[in-house]
Amino acid sequence: MTLLTGVGPRPVDAKGGGAERRDRRRALPYLLLLPGAAWLFLFFVVPTIQLGATSLYDPSGSVTAGYAMTWEFSNYPDAIEYAWPQIVRSFGYAAIATVIGIVIGYPLAYAIAQKAGRWKNVLLVCVVAPMFTSFLVRTLAWKTILSDNGWLVGFLRDIGLLGDDGRLLATPAAVILGLTYNFLPFLVLPLYASLERLDYRLLEAAGDLYASPTRTFVKVTLPLSMPGLVAGTLLFFIPAVGDYINAALLGNTNTNMVGNVVNSAFLSRQEPPQGAALSFLLMAIILVIVFTYVRRSGTDEVV
Amino acid sequence: MRNRSRPPLSPEAAALLSLSRRTLMRGALATGALAVSGGALAACGTKGAQQTESSCVSEDSSGSEKTLTVSNWPQYIDVDDKDESKRPTLVAFEQKTGINVSYTEDINDNNEFFGKVQNQLTECQPTDRDVIVLTDWMTARMIRLGWLQKLDAAKMPNFQKNLLPSLKGRPFDKNNEYAVPWQSGLAGLAYNGNVTKEIKTVDELLTRPDLKGKVTALTEMRDTMGLILQSNGHNPSDFTKAQFDDAINKLQKAVDAGQIRRFTGNDYAPDLAKGDIAACIGWSGDIIQLGLEDPKVKFVAPESGAMLYSDNSSVPNKAAHKGNAEAFLDYYYDPAVAAELAAYVNYICPVVGAKEEMAKTEPELAANPLIFPDDALLAKTKVFKALTEAEEREYESAFQRVIGA
Repeated sequence: MTLLTGVGPRPVDAKGGGAERRDRRRALPYLLLLPGAAWLFLFFVVPTIQLGATSLYDPSGSVTAGYAMTWEFSNYPDAIEYAWPQIVRSFGYAAIATVIGIVIGYPLAYAIAQKAGRWKNVLLVCVVAPMFTSFLVRTLAWKTILSDNGWLVGFLRDIGLLGDDGRLLATPAAVILGLTYNFLPFLVLPLYASLERLDYRLLEAAGDLYASPTRTFVKVTLPLSMPGLVAGTLLFFIPAVGDYINAALLGNTNTNMVGNVVNSAFLSRQEPPQGAALSFLLMAIILVIVFTYVRRSGTDEVV
Repeated sequence: MRNRSRPPLSPEAAALLSLSRRTLMRGALATGALAVSGGALAACGTKGAQQTESSCVSEDSSGSEKTLTVSNWPQYIDVDDKDESKRPTLVAFEQKTGINVSYTEDINDNNEFFGKVQNQLTECQPTDRDVIVLTDWMTARMIRLGWLQKLDAAKMPNFQKNLLPSLKGRPFDKNNEYAVPWQSGLAGLAYNGNVTKEIKTVDELLTRPDLKGKVTALTEMRDTMGLILQSNGHNPSDFTKAQFDDAINKLQKAVDAGQIRRFTGNDYAPDLAKGDIAACIGWSGDIIQLGLEDPKVKFVAPESGAMLYSDNSSVPNKAAHKGNAEAFLDYYYDPAVAAELAAYVNYICPVVGAKEEMAKTEPELAANPLIFPDDALLAKTKVFKALTEAEEREYESAFQRVIGA
């Protein structure tokens, strides 16, 4: 509001119509909000309600006969019973991928933000450019790299890390690798944004005060980059948990994630209540994890 | 912890994270209120989708309107070598009949397309399409739901005369009233001769030790299970629950033993070409394409029998040009037209006589058993049983359990 009064046209006529003008001006922010609010309502609130309702339908219904709303809360325990291995796996894989993502992404973001000099923009483009091609194509490309007859597997066999008939494709490792690769930019970009603002003089000051480089990192760099790290890990972890493409293309029957079960519930097994219940469960678990995580990682303005 | 001062948040992070306890409570309350009101709205559940010939009557205005809207899969019709926007057989049809065809390639996935038209057809409203092309099982579901119009056999003499005998009286359309096969294909075995020796039976695929971990099967339940049922000596067009369970157990054993690496859609093809998988259950159309690049990649119809599937043209309820659609579909059962189409798309041509027509222009293609299978091969093929909705869900559930979803 203050911003708007600041930049808005000054009232020309101070005597008459001032109140009316003020009213209009007061309405303006709400008018500007309207498209966004309508968008959220149509594409978030309505589908969420629809999905929530579907998760409580009588599971004995069918497309042909229709579904009756019976407030079937037992759909939730049933869904957990059906899909708990995949649920646990989803969070496990996403957590491992996030840790690997931080190990790769933090130094990368730091280097781009602080050390890249005139290469900064080029390197940023390198991080973002892969996203210009489709997610599906990028995932399929990994099949070539990880191929049983490819150089990578050959090399790993030669140095004895993989058995003679060992493979990477259709293993948990391939799925986790796919997750890490596909979501890494979402981790790097927010991290970069906060590391870029890091004032190098603070690091020099830490050095002047006899802090070792490790100590400087732990006491200065890391806390200052925390907002970026928190945002980045969330943007990485949340879609990774719900992903099903990587498991479908790079995994085997024992690497399916909860997304694959939701897909199968809606499309193959025709059990939409179960699929909806699983989607809601996933959302709930993620919310709990996010709030716990954010609280623990120090940004205690939350909750 | 709480007393220590915090580094200032970036505006973005603050926006992302700064929900105070109060706004959160308010948010929770608002969400709760919304959920309750939404719940009240949704409490009535969904309507049944079943239609019957009397509950949903369609009118045909073909007499006055010379137009037709066709929805088909991409790359499923012949195009001019020089100008890809021209479709020679279609142009000829328009010139011959004066019917103006609007042909769109907007079907990419059976389930996706089902979702697209589900609401209209449930409510008995027009989908603005006169002809839709869907795979057997989806066509079967639409017939079951009463969503398709019955076609008039008398108006389709070519179809009557030239439909491939193996496709007559299929389990889901006993009298050939609803579904006109556009193109067909086989589901069978395939192997890459560069990495393994020939494979002849489904049992070999599921148990041969040298193939361990180098085998894939299809996520399409009817194709994978149909082949296994046949390998057990059972008939996929007519089997019992116990026979299905036998087949599922056989598949489960192969999965548990690590023989089967993965279940796939079309994405098995590049893996087979590279040799990452040595043998698989696959579709003839894909393997023809791979075989053109590498003749050692071969399709095998197992001795116990292959699965014959089709993509079928149908006329949905409330489509206003059924007469025009019948003329259109019948036109593609003219052997000369069918041969022209088959030469371009490389699937099994469902039209008798097209082979002879094609032999005149492209004898090599006409001799390809995966486009024009001989009688011995066709005699071994089966079409999957028509499932009730309950059976479909039961069998799919059992199958999805095995494939891990």
